[in-house]
Amino acid sequence: MTPLSAWLLLAAMLFAIGLAGALTRRNAIIVLIGIELMLNAANLNFIAFWRFSEHPEALTGIMFVIFSIGVAAAEAAVGLALIIAIYRHYRTTNLDEVNSLKG
Amino acid sequence: MTPAFAILAALTLVSAVAAMSLRSLVHCALALAVTFVSLAALYLNLGAQFVGFAQILVYVGAVAILIVFAVLLTRGGEAPQGQVFSSSWFAGTAIAVAVFGVLAWTIARSTLSQRGVPPPPEASVKQIGDALMTRFVLPLEVVGLLLTAALIGAIIIAMRDQESEVGNQKLPAAVKVEASGAIGNRQSAIGNPP
Repeated sequence: MTPLSAWLLLAAMLFAIGLAGALTRRNAIIVLIGIELMLNAANLNFIAFWRFSEHPEALTGIMFVIFSIGVAAAEAAVGLALIIAIYRHYRTTNLDEVNSLKG
Repeated sequence: MTPAFAILAALTLVSAVAAMSLRSLVHCALALAVTFVSLAALYLNLGAQFVGFAQILVYVGAVAILIVFAVLLTRGGEAPQGQVFSSSWFAGTAIAVAVFGVLAWTIARSTLSQRGVPPPPEASVKQIGDALMTRFVLPLEVVGLLLTAALIGAIIIAMRDQESEVGNQKLPAAVKVEASGAIGNRQSAIGNPP
């Protein structure tokens, strides 16, 4: 069986990839994809800790991930609706051009 | 490290990098679906069957399709001409590398790796259902309320526009009236540019 540190390292890499994408890409949809990747990295951590925990019968890790998936689905729906509203207003999804509030 | 873990981890990381770095948005969405599927396989590898199948149902079946819809609605299907990375790409990459460095340093220094591997835990769907209906019934109801609110909010945010022919055809009358009120506000806002 793979040791716990390998799972945690994989989740950390996935989180860093998502964070890099969310911070460096110009398109708002890709930024949302990066946020989804970060949420999935956190879910992987929860499941790994549940698998290696002393009391897995309490099911806390699994429950947290189930609720996290539900919240992430709501977040994706609202986020994409916001992106579509921004596109209708500005005719672009380029985040560098959506800068009306910039001082 | 088992071969299954190595293959799935490599697939996850490669497809995640592809989802973050490809030019075409449709290719990014497809790479994201591959990432979600390999993550579901990793969950199955860890013995969490229900979460693995929920991952496939929710992420591959709903979120990836939703992202493809958003790509089509924002006409992002064709590859962009200019620069795809933001003007602050260097700072963003540096922050991501620093975050990964701190996380990896913490994982390497922790005593978690010395801990032995426990026997495979049992998490049947019956147990999860029992726990959801007894101990976690209040969070379950709250998530149901949250999803309802998000559904209504997403429709109201996305449909408030005059150019959406789809919205005008398919919306019920009450929402149409509200939408036309919003159109009036929008047009007056467009008439007075800042």
